[in-house]
Amino acid sequence: MTETIIEIDHVRKAYKKSTAKELLVLEDINFSLKKGEIVALLGKSGSGKSTLLRILAGLVPPTSGRVTYRGKQIRGPVPGVAMVFQSFALMPWLTVLENVELGLEAQGVGRDERRKRAIEAIDIIGLDGFESAYPRELSGGMCQRVGFARALVVHPDVLLMDEPFSALDVLTAENLKSDLLELWRDKKTNTNAMLLVTHNIEEAVALADRIIILGSDPGFIRADLRLDTLPSRDLDVPECREFVDRIYKLMTTGVGGKTKHAERARQIGLGYRLPDVDPSELSGLIETMKSFESKKIDLPELADEITIHIDDLFPILETLEVLGFAQVLEGDIHLTSLGKQFSEADLQERKHIFAKQLVATIPLASHIRRVLDEKVRHRVSEERFLTKLEDFLSEKEADRVLRTMIDWGRYAELFAYDFNSGMLSLEDPGL
Amino acid sequence: MDKNRVYSTNREPISRFMNAWDLLLLVIVIFGLFFLGRAGQSMATPYAMGQSLPISLDPSALPFYASRTVLRIFVALGFSMLFTLVVGTLAAKSRRAERIIIPLIDVLQAVPVLSFLAITVTGFIHLFPGSLLGPECAAIFVIFTSQVWNITLSFYQSLKTVPPELHEAATMFQLSSWQRFWKIEVPCSLSGVLWNLMMSMSASWFFVVLSEAIVVSHQKIDLPGVGSYIALAIQERNLHAVGYAILTMIIVICVYDQLVFRPLIAWSEKFKLDALPDDEPYESWFIDLLRKSLLMRSVGEGLAYIKDWIVNASWLRRRKVYASEHEEPVKRRVSMDWLWNGFVWGLLFFAGFEAFLFISPTITLHEVERVALLGLATATRVIILIILSSLLWIPVGVWVGLRPKWVQKVQPLIQLAAAFPANLFYPLFVIAIVTFKLNVEVWVTPLMILGTQWYILFNVIAGASSIPRDLTLAASNFGVRGWQWWRSLILPSIFPFYITGAITAAGGAWNASIVAEWVSWGDTTLRATGLGEYIQANTLSGHFPQIALGTAMMCVYVLLFNQFLWRPLYRLAEARFQYDRG
Repeated sequence: MTETIIEIDHVRKAYKKSTAKELLVLEDINFSLKKGEIVALLGKSGSGKSTLLRILAGLVPPTSGRVTYRGKQIRGPVPGVAMVFQSFALMPWLTVLENVELGLEAQGVGRDERRKRAIEAIDIIGLDGFESAYPRELSGGMCQRVGFARALVVHPDVLLMDEPFSALDVLTAENLKSDLLELWRDKKTNTNAMLLVTHNIEEAVALADRIIILGSDPGFIRADLRLDTLPSRDLDVPECREFVDRIYKLMTTGVGGKTKHAERARQIGLGYRLPDVDPSELSGLIETMKSFESKKIDLPELADEITIHIDDLFPILETLEVLGFAQVLEGDIHLTSLGKQFSEADLQERKHIFAKQLVATIPLASHIRRVLDEKVRHRVSEERFLTKLEDFLSEKEADRVLRTMIDWGRYAELFAYDFNSGMLSLEDPGL
Repeated sequence: MDKNRVYSTNREPISRFMNAWDLLLLVIVIFGLFFLGRAGQSMATPYAMGQSLPISLDPSALPFYASRTVLRIFVALGFSMLFTLVVGTLAAKSRRAERIIIPLIDVLQAVPVLSFLAITVTGFIHLFPGSLLGPECAAIFVIFTSQVWNITLSFYQSLKTVPPELHEAATMFQLSSWQRFWKIEVPCSLSGVLWNLMMSMSASWFFVVLSEAIVVSHQKIDLPGVGSYIALAIQERNLHAVGYAILTMIIVICVYDQLVFRPLIAWSEKFKLDALPDDEPYESWFIDLLRKSLLMRSVGEGLAYIKDWIVNASWLRRRKVYASEHEEPVKRRVSMDWLWNGFVWGLLFFAGFEAFLFISPTITLHEVERVALLGLATATRVIILIILSSLLWIPVGVWVGLRPKWVQKVQPLIQLAAAFPANLFYPLFVIAIVTFKLNVEVWVTPLMILGTQWYILFNVIAGASSIPRDLTLAASNFGVRGWQWWRSLILPSIFPFYITGAITAAGGAWNASIVAEWVSWGDTTLRATGLGEYIQANTLSGHFPQIALGTAMMCVYVLLFNQFLWRPLYRLAEARFQYDRG
């Protein structure tokens, strides 16, 4: 059996909001990272995958459970674990060389030795010639190369990566990924295992030996898939396509085969995290779906048609499902009769249907409307709803959810909102 | 592979070792050392209280006086930086310290600088009996108080807003707190701190001139410097000498700007976190010279070794870095907070009680009322001045700001004007008022804003020049003109900038009221009714309780203004009138 490098045992993470309330982010996570593996942590936003990575890195302590690195419990960052950041996290005032030297300086490596090793790392990652450049002179792809060099120069046992390619354009990301894989396969680094957080399914399939899919609210491990059976990682190979499809299905289906819709009907409450979606995106997608001939539409195909990434499609799909305009089953989507009715309506009628569905399906919308109706002057400060939401959500998330709600409510003409006073009301804004 | 290509210094022929840049630099350094050395040597000469030092009005003495003045500013600057690094860090790192330090700085900012002088000078004199070092320290302390607060606040704010991912990266690579301080926190705040430092400079010049000729409780001490020179020139009604002094100050400020600030700011460009590539880089011939000089390059190498030795000092490396988020038990935290709050309130109460005991024997309630009314008079002056200078400078600033070519030409001039100690011009006003028999109450008023009005102009120009071109084009496309053009395009666009400028100008005006409401030329002294005049009069006659009362009253007024006028306006500006907020 291969040796275990990092082990996570019954890890749970909750953020304290006050003495009584807490916000659960991760629930009962168990897995281990073995020598020679590249593992991808795959999940939608809100699945707590970045938090999990930070717990592994020792940056954030778990609320309960144990994280061990080579048998020893992790209580802070350990020297054998290095990390690459989504936003690169380079110091803009240091040159490429100085940035790469950072970790060595922390270890107390002497000046000359430091320089030698840093230049080596810069060579390996293909940055030679840029040693004296400042990060702002470099493109995003080059910056992330510096990020990799900075992590690899300390000869890490484990390399952690937090969405390392998501801030890069597609071509640059492809290029960097293949270079990284080459380094890994040729054993040019002393790294024994890599763990990558991503929300990009294809990226995970192309890179990883093992994919761990996280479910949301709170984060839990939904599936742990091995990819060693695949003949290659070329996404044009049918086996790979099939694998990608399988993950789509897993990510759009609830636990134990229940549809997401059934699952959600149970769990939607006042604290439901409204997806960050614009009403016009909903109309746009419904219209596109209407133009398809078949009733059931394959999700990857739909994403292809509107040329957006499937991961950006998830929030829109979720909203359509929650509002009852569409239904997702086994990786396919179809419009409900209400969805069809919506697609054939004119602008005013659409707003009317949208408003009706908001009140019927979103508890927050009906709550706001009810409170406004009860007030004599039909005016209530947004603060009141924010406080209410903060019982369920973090301050930041509560604010985001209320912004989205106000957006939808204004579009549906369910209520009006005045930016200057922060008041929600039933007044007609034109009067 | 040629790895040394980039990092080793160029191995050029030995004959090229001293290049032209080096020579020029050498001359500058030698001159600097000469002046500063002479100035430092004469600083510690014995001095008995009451003995007056001969100040010469000979223009040839001015370079020496100027160097003394500059030295004082440098020393004060050193202390300001030290204070900033220590206190700013403390405030940013400790929640409890923050609760005291930040409001304290807010209040200290409102204390008129000259009150610090009046209150501390005797203490400093007793600290170093029989030596000039006492008054020297007092003068330096005054300069320190005129520049330090906003620098510290800027540092504190930068520390609080260090991007979290940089902190994470530092934790991940296990940098010690010491390394983290020098590698992340200081660089992050550098460009903000330097800008504030430059802003503080004009205040420093203003008060260095005043703090050299110390007149407290009928004692007169003249420290050699430009300020004492001017004081004497005013006393002797020597207009030529005043002219020489003004000329000297212009030269000193230009040299200072070219040799110290421009290089520093050009250098600090690389520390900006959000620099846009199309931003015009700040240029300085002096730093170009430094960068090209071979000698400086090897000095730089040496400095890098020293820096490495300090920042990476092994005895300061912590053994283990723990996860950042240790959750203290809530119960303990709450009880500690109670204890701490109790301590702070106790201290405040005690200080208040002591102040009351100090003031109460000599000051009646009637006096407090009178001083409050005097404050009202000064407040009226400040308000009227802000309105008048806004009416003057907004149109001018907008006109200039919309013409990029003019902005480039005008900006250095305004910078110079802002840095120039405006009190050098006060005698000219006094002469005019006396000659034309003008009303003192009205005509000394402009003096208060002479030095700080530039901030309004400066900011309005900045605001007008940053109006997106699309907006001005759209406005002209729809035929927007006249009052509508001002109301719907210009005024909203410059509002946030204008507010920043007005806050600075008003703060400066309060501070300047002490010298503006009491001006003299020879035997003629013009006194206008106001809080500034009250403080000045009591400083001269050494009535410390009255100084304290006047100072406290001014603090109260400034803080009330901040709380009920400027802060709400500033919030409004931030929420409504920023382009990026949509």
